[in-house]
Amino acid sequence: MNRIEQAFQQLNKENKKAFVPYIMAGDGGLENLPERLALLEKFGATAIEVGVPFSDPVADGPTIQRAGIRALQNGTSLKGIIKEITKARESVTIPIILMTYLNPVYSYGIETFVRDVQTAGVAGCIIPDLPVDEEAIIAPLLEQAEVELIRLVTLTTPIERIREISNKGKGFLYTVTVKGITGTRNEFGNELHSFLQAVKEVSPIPVLAGFGISSQEQIKEITKYCDGVVVGSKIVEYFANNQLEEMEEFMTIYKQTFA
Amino acid sequence: MSTYTLPNEKGHFGIYGGKFVPETLMKAVTELNEAYNEAKNDPEFQAEIDRLLKEYVGRETPLYFAENLTKHAGGANIYLKREDLNHTGAHKINNAIGQALLAVRMGKRKIVAETGAGQHGVATATVCALLNLDCIIFMGEEDIRRQALNVYRMELLGAKVVSVTSGSATLKDAVNEALRYWVANVDDTHYLLGSVSGPHPFPVIVRDFQSVIGMETKQQFLARNGSLPHAVVACIGGGSNAMGMFYPFIDDEEVKLFGVEAAGHGVDTPFHAASLTKGRPGVLHGALMYVLQNEDGQIQEAHSISAGLDYPGVGPEHSYLKDSGRASYHSITDKEALDAFQLLSKLEGIIPALESSHAVAFAVKLAGQLGAGQNIVVCLSGRGDKDVDAVKSRLKGGSGK
Repeated sequence: MNRIEQAFQQLNKENKKAFVPYIMAGDGGLENLPERLALLEKFGATAIEVGVPFSDPVADGPTIQRAGIRALQNGTSLKGIIKEITKARESVTIPIILMTYLNPVYSYGIETFVRDVQTAGVAGCIIPDLPVDEEAIIAPLLEQAEVELIRLVTLTTPIERIREISNKGKGFLYTVTVKGITGTRNEFGNELHSFLQAVKEVSPIPVLAGFGISSQEQIKEITKYCDGVVVGSKIVEYFANNQLEEMEEFMTIYKQTFA
Repeated sequence: MSTYTLPNEKGHFGIYGGKFVPETLMKAVTELNEAYNEAKNDPEFQAEIDRLLKEYVGRETPLYFAENLTKHAGGANIYLKREDLNHTGAHKINNAIGQALLAVRMGKRKIVAETGAGQHGVATATVCALLNLDCIIFMGEEDIRRQALNVYRMELLGAKVVSVTSGSATLKDAVNEALRYWVANVDDTHYLLGSVSGPHPFPVIVRDFQSVIGMETKQQFLARNGSLPHAVVACIGGGSNAMGMFYPFIDDEEVKLFGVEAAGHGVDTPFHAASLTKGRPGVLHGALMYVLQNEDGQIQEAHSISAGLDYPGVGPEHSYLKDSGRASYHSITDKEALDAFQLLSKLEGIIPALESSHAVAFAVKLAGQLGAGQNIVVCLSGRGDKDVDAVKSRLKGGSGK
């Protein structure tokens, strides 16, 4: 059983929901990554998504775009990120999931990438511009290395396709909760609740919701229908503004909800 | 002789192409593929395209023997395929008409598009005006500055032009924003992509709609000379006019295919847009193709005096044709293109677009190499009215980029 499955089994025992924060590697300096990962673990994260900055992030909204630009201006590279994750694993025990667009991986060399992330102790990868139709380019190698490929489904994915996609993975299913890019949204419609319920019904693996989730109220509402949330732009903002206490508060109240 | 059948059903040209898009768009590109395959075989749909191309666009466009340019070049005969004479002044409308009719057929009445030089934006806005469709155009801030007249044209035609300030604020970033907009509005909006790039089926759709260029050229040349040309030449940004010219000739192996990229300040400087000459395979905007990128896989900014060639990738089919050797790809600098811009104006009374000037510059060189008795057809993809201001400020010592 890999680290992601273990983490969800533990949550299940404790009857808790998952909270997976997203952090842009290199925003605020790549050398701070291990410290930030440790902090997120301390604040109660189930797992952490580590974003790799990319020049053309078509799935991302303004907050993560800007964080990516700052990270690239700091000279952040995929190689450097993998190195810092290796260091971080000395103290961080929760699963680390790399979120990267395909081109930095393709440029790195797919085989080398898989070998290096396996060695670094990365538990999973999310590649937002790699639909299952094209995943043969990397999925078999990741499977061999026991690094989970986390797949996405969205409001536009037909239910049969969701069934098919959710049956491919062993980690969790990432459900995109908006028709759109990452970033803050004010409200989600009823459409989302029935959608999440439908996804839960067909998916043999835990279902996490992400994209546009930025308040505790949203989280409380959404986790009635799924196994947890991914929170991106909000966490990126907390770090960028150095609002660590507010972030702890945000994550603590969340924990209390399900304690 | 083998018959060319690419791409395969997954949209792959060898290793290139594919559908590297967020899951949110998968349903849309799948539906588009189904709708296109159905429409392609519908005689009524084809007849409507043909009618608009004839009555509205003014096709067929002439194949013109450029005698003065031929004499100047001192070698092979140079013919110009006059796409500059299309309504809206460039080849872009061939594709815009086809895709807009396809959108209507799919029940989508909102159109989003990107534009670099503004030619595709103007063509799209024009067709949207004709068919009464909502139209939103994303355009880089830098390009808006360089192509102010085209921005006003689009607005006159009823389109909303949105300035893109992210990244290098040029075509690549306009595509990013158009894709983001499409992701958020995919239910009722068609993305009218302007080049042979992007996720499958766009490279096929755009190629097919632009193939009218090569098909007419072939018929016209045969009717005039009783043979096929020895070479065809076209400029390449994303590669739509070139693909439209090349595709009907792919199985005619005696016809050499030449693509001309923008070398900007020179391919050995950081300031060029020569993706096939200096890039390497990568994934951008939904397709695997040659891309200008740094050693970490970050996409680099492209540079060219011509906004329409200012793109750091090149369509997957061109990437395949380069590797297979069926087409060869060369580059022309800003300065050479400017010289050709003036040369064609003076010798033939035809002011070419700066994009097309790259093809003209290369054809003049090629004519000398091939020698007398050989025949070259250049795709004159657009007219140069839109570039006159920029060229003037550049040549009169202004600071125009």
